[in-house]
Amino acid sequence: MNKPHPPFADVRYVALDNGLKVFAQRSATAPVVSLWVWYRVGTRNEHPGITGVSHWVEHMLFKGTDRWPSGRADQVISREGGVYNGMTWQDFTTYYETLPVDRLELALDLESDRMQNAAFREEEVNSERTVIISERQGHENSPHFLLSEEVIAAAYRVHPYGHETIGHLCDLRAMTADDLQRHYAMYYTPNNAVIAVAGALDPDVIIERIADIFEAIPKGRPVPPVHLVEPPQRGERRVQINGAGQTNYVQIAYHIPQAVHEDFHALTVLNAILSGGSGFIVGRGRITNYTSRLYGALVEGELAVSVHGSLAPTVDPGLYTIIATVWPGRAHADVEARLSEEIDRLHQEKVTQEEIEQAKRQAKALFAFSSESISHQAFWLGFSSIFADTDWLTSYLTSLERITVEDVQRVAQTYLIPDNRTVGWYLAQTPQRQTTR
Amino acid sequence: MNRMRCSQPGDSKQASRASLPGSDDILRKQLPNGLTILVRENFASPAVVISGYINAGALDESPERYGLAGFTGDVMQRGTRNRTFRQLYADVESIGATFGLNTATTTSSFAAKGLADSLPLLLDVLADILRRPSFPERQIEKVRAEIVTDLQERRHDTRRMASLRFYELAYPKDHPYHWSQLGYESTIHAITREDLITFHQDNFGPEDAVIVVVGGIQMSEAAAMVEEAFGDWETSRVPRASMPPAPPLTERRTSRETLEDKTQSNLVVGWPGPSRRHPDFIPCYVANTIFGTFGMYGRLGTNIRERHGLAYYIYSRVDGGPGPGPWRILAGVNPANVDQGLSLIRDEIRRLQDTPVSDEELADSQSYLTGSLPLHLETNEGVARSLVNIERHGLGLDYLRTYQPMIRAITTEDVQRVAQQWLDADHDAVSIAEPEAVSEGKS
Repeated sequence: MNKPHPPFADVRYVALDNGLKVFAQRSATAPVVSLWVWYRVGTRNEHPGITGVSHWVEHMLFKGTDRWPSGRADQVISREGGVYNGMTWQDFTTYYETLPVDRLELALDLESDRMQNAAFREEEVNSERTVIISERQGHENSPHFLLSEEVIAAAYRVHPYGHETIGHLCDLRAMTADDLQRHYAMYYTPNNAVIAVAGALDPDVIIERIADIFEAIPKGRPVPPVHLVEPPQRGERRVQINGAGQTNYVQIAYHIPQAVHEDFHALTVLNAILSGGSGFIVGRGRITNYTSRLYGALVEGELAVSVHGSLAPTVDPGLYTIIATVWPGRAHADVEARLSEEIDRLHQEKVTQEEIEQAKRQAKALFAFSSESISHQAFWLGFSSIFADTDWLTSYLTSLERITVEDVQRVAQTYLIPDNRTVGWYLAQTPQRQTTR
Repeated sequence: MNRMRCSQPGDSKQASRASLPGSDDILRKQLPNGLTILVRENFASPAVVISGYINAGALDESPERYGLAGFTGDVMQRGTRNRTFRQLYADVESIGATFGLNTATTTSSFAAKGLADSLPLLLDVLADILRRPSFPERQIEKVRAEIVTDLQERRHDTRRMASLRFYELAYPKDHPYHWSQLGYESTIHAITREDLITFHQDNFGPEDAVIVVVGGIQMSEAAAMVEEAFGDWETSRVPRASMPPAPPLTERRTSRETLEDKTQSNLVVGWPGPSRRHPDFIPCYVANTIFGTFGMYGRLGTNIRERHGLAYYIYSRVDGGPGPGPWRILAGVNPANVDQGLSLIRDEIRRLQDTPVSDEELADSQSYLTGSLPLHLETNEGVARSLVNIERHGLGLDYLRTYQPMIRAITTEDVQRVAQQWLDADHDAVSIAEPEAVSEGKS
């Protein structure tokens, strides 16, 4: 009988001569292996004119190379029963394959090939332009996206986290194949990449094989450093979106520090107490938040029908965001005022020991759920090495364990202050002229 | 391509087949009250998952009370005779666990998840909400506000509106699939506390209900805990209407819904399809994999998204399920490309009907369906989902082990036959939800 063992207890790591970092761990819960290749490139590395370029490059890496012509990877991986995909966000672009355990070679071949040989043919770039603009239009159909895009744009006036990963429509219309090719050449190098593998294989053997294949790829030039630093915010910022619909939303975003900052874990605990425990990216939003303070104040108080908070570990300082759906007939201002009262309460009074303990128990359970599958284990190994290192991951629960009621009060007083926030209101406009034919 | 020189001996598919759940490692027990228990151990996991269903759903609603089943299910989770709303969630959230109840057409599905030692508490909470809901007045109004908000959000959501209108077109008014499970503002406003109480009393009972437990817990121990929580549940439900068949479409039915302030169009094209128990379901499932699932969404994805760059997403699915759930194609497209997209979709339908798929295409899809089984069964949730389906559709405990030969037995002729039988490019239900400006002057 297999005994449960903590994930990430036995992670192997090597750095190859060309700068590629490799993490591997054995996980024998299923006859499956999952490989993730991470590049340190995302929204963070973009500027006006080429916003959305990282995400678009990700799309182009599914368009094929000479060795893996268009559709070939799709066919070969799928017929093995595997899945593969890509993802782009603020600090990273990542590609993964999860496959039957003896088919890892397919993934290694595909990924080593597209680390160097992606093509950016004019006609394919243009065909993908329509797809990406369509993706953006799909987002724009959602009031949540419209509001969030406006709030982050107001919250950041210097740092590139201020635009959405999808990019501005004007940039999506104007960017050329050369822009994409240049971005790819600059950031898709072994020295800017991390490979993470989990599966029912000997990790030393995996590392040896990865070294065999990837060591031949020459080291690239160092990537341009991101020197942009968001200046401290010196007063509340407010934005308003008028849009169709009958439902109103309030969103509040506070600047918070990066993942490796000593206050990040205290803010994680604060969020669990204020708006309910949640994981990061994978496995998030899986537990209810009905005992959280904001649910009690806003939803039990019949000012909002739902409320959620979120923060994510990032390389540079990020945002702690709270979003509430306004109760039908209630006013934005009332929701905002009640929410501010709850924030003030965190400044004035310490949270209870029981609240802290509950937040820690939730974090422990969520961590167990979100690292249950082999794919998610490999995800975490790679993701954590983007914004910190695997120590951040393996010490995550003990770091939370150390958080005290004083820490929570201190970070509330430091970061959750009016001068440091951006408030957004989505105002639904009626009457409607909706028709059906 | 080179095989990995350091790979471990043995064929992955053999290895995975040996570890597939089957009659020798699933505990199945039926209680005298009609509840069936299924348990599968997974001691590699520190967690436990509960999943199951009760035979109560929108099928049991009367027309003037559409949305009643879902409303009832939501309020059942808001307080019981043993626990107030706060106590219910304090017990569960304080240990990082979670539970929920979700009502569909024929069943109300429940689920819970926590660390393995929380199983007794989670079963007790589920028994509480399913057997002893208290329908607190204040919670009813909160749930009503949530549903009304959700309905209002739906009215301004192109994807959801396209789907809503599709079901109205594809199914006649006397079929439950015609109607929204969420209900309508008028019916939701009219539902009273008495309606909720009566709906629960009449329809929620252990008869033919199923409860599955998967995770780091011994099978016999888990079964005993389920029996402890549900063994003395003796309520029997009122007789229910049977699921009616859905007539095939004999004409083209089109809905174009315009929504203000939108930039993308959403499109659904489809027909009533085979139920899960229909002998055509598996051939349809394989045909659909070729058509709109395999790799980057099959032929539809390859030709309409990849080749023409016309859609952000396009895929197809055949639902199966307890009734004649739809076989449908879903797409998100630029408003200017709706008509061209629709025309290309119809070309692909005709190609699937007129020309047999190649042996290679069929083999690829079969290989995907059989090879991906271990991935679907990687988590406790995945195993629990499979066991619930096995019990619900009477597939047999060794279904997962017979799945591979069953998929491989499908021929290119089967694919063509079911495409001709179930798809029809001239008689289809087409629902489009699109931005206002674009549709002006059209149709």
